[in-house]
Amino acid sequence: MRPDPETAAVIGFRGVHYALPGGQVLLRDINLAVQRGETLVLLGRSGAGKTTALKLINRLLEPTGGEVQVDGRTTLAWDPIALRRHIGYVIQEVGLFPHYTVGENVALVPRLEGKSTSRVRARVEELLALVGLDPARYLGRYPHELSGGQRQRVGVARALAADPPILLMDEPFGALDPLTRAEVREEFQALQKRLGKTIVIVTHDTGEALLLGTRIALFEAGEIRGVYSPREFLTSDEPVAAAYAEQLRRLEQFERGT
Amino acid sequence: MNAIQYFERHPDEILQATFEHIWLVGIAMLIAAAVGVPLGILVARRPWLSKPILGTANVAETIPSLALFGFLLPVPWLGDRAARLAIAALALYALLPIIRNTAAGIASIDPAVREAARGMGMTPRQILFKVELPLSLSTVLAGVRVATVLTIGIATIAAAIGAGGLGEYIFRGLAMVNNSLILAGAIPAALLALAADFLLSVLERSLRPGR
Repeated sequence: MRPDPETAAVIGFRGVHYALPGGQVLLRDINLAVQRGETLVLLGRSGAGKTTALKLINRLLEPTGGEVQVDGRTTLAWDPIALRRHIGYVIQEVGLFPHYTVGENVALVPRLEGKSTSRVRARVEELLALVGLDPARYLGRYPHELSGGQRQRVGVARALAADPPILLMDEPFGALDPLTRAEVREEFQALQKRLGKTIVIVTHDTGEALLLGTRIALFEAGEIRGVYSPREFLTSDEPVAAAYAEQLRRLEQFERGT
Repeated sequence: MNAIQYFERHPDEILQATFEHIWLVGIAMLIAAAVGVPLGILVARRPWLSKPILGTANVAETIPSLALFGFLLPVPWLGDRAARLAIAALALYALLPIIRNTAAGIASIDPAVREAARGMGMTPRQILFKVELPLSLSTVLAGVRVATVLTIGIATIAAAIGAGGLGEYIFRGLAMVNNSLILAGAIPAALLALAADFLLSVLERSLRPGR
């Protein structure tokens, strides 16, 4: 009964429900399959359930109904620690450890995995270079000595440190100013192509969703309204998707000055 | 004879009392930290335990020190030796600030840091020892500092039950209506409290994590 590794979804949601202990339902009958190497964007407004869905993947939350599968196995059957080390995780607030240097932050997971110091060091330097930070300059700095954009890059480097095949990103560019945001996003796109990881990104920004996603899952009030390719999304007649597309067109018209 | 002359005449005796005092407070603080820090972690983890634990520590804090020494007297083993009893009472007083500060230090950690730690696959033990405790160390130490200063003062009363320390001079001075004797105990005790406050605040500042 082993799923075929080539065709099977890396991440699968099967009839997933999630309700708070108080009974409030945050996710209702979510079905979703994320293929190897694709970038799936979870798009929706605040409170639509995107972040909840993301946290179900690395078992920071557990479904109250249905199941979430990673590599064909329900997350509840995984050892949560092993599952999370298998999945990189980047959040909007970054959450760098303030008492660790940049180098120590990035090195944390490989160290926990018991990798040798010299190999970890080489890996950290490689990763910092990959996210566009000069290792010689940034390795020994503390998070409070960095700008928001630099911190976000360190967060990405840290998530990639153990070379996880899956990357989860929750509003990774949300806290950055628009210019830095565009810059970091472009670098991320280049990185995405080079690494070929399976990525799930949460955002409420339609432009970002179209730019980064190979597919877009539209969340509204705890349900998925549809899953689209960027092209399909722009031409969809599903009312919520159409509203997003319309809002984007108006923004573009404004930018063109028409 | 004034206090200065008394110091000049009995330096060894006063020094010995000072060491006794430091020993009483030092052991009491070690015990209080060994008990208080884990309790503080427990309070931070299980907020419903906060009321019973902090409440109990609070009650211990409100018992007048002389009465507390008296209450502990009939307790087996503890009551056998005056110093043992004094240390137990002092540790009890030191507990509240240590528990409270440990819990507050852990609670004040940026939730994003904890979420990142969990999301990266750190075990609860690794999160505690590599993230939460190092980040709250300076707050914990602030609690230890408050408790130490408090305890140095209260330890003078331990002389009433024969536990020794600088309180000996104060009680003897009171009995003999001799201010010089009172000062011979009070001045070193005050200096001790100031020195402990200074040293621990330096340590506290050096451990404050960069933010």
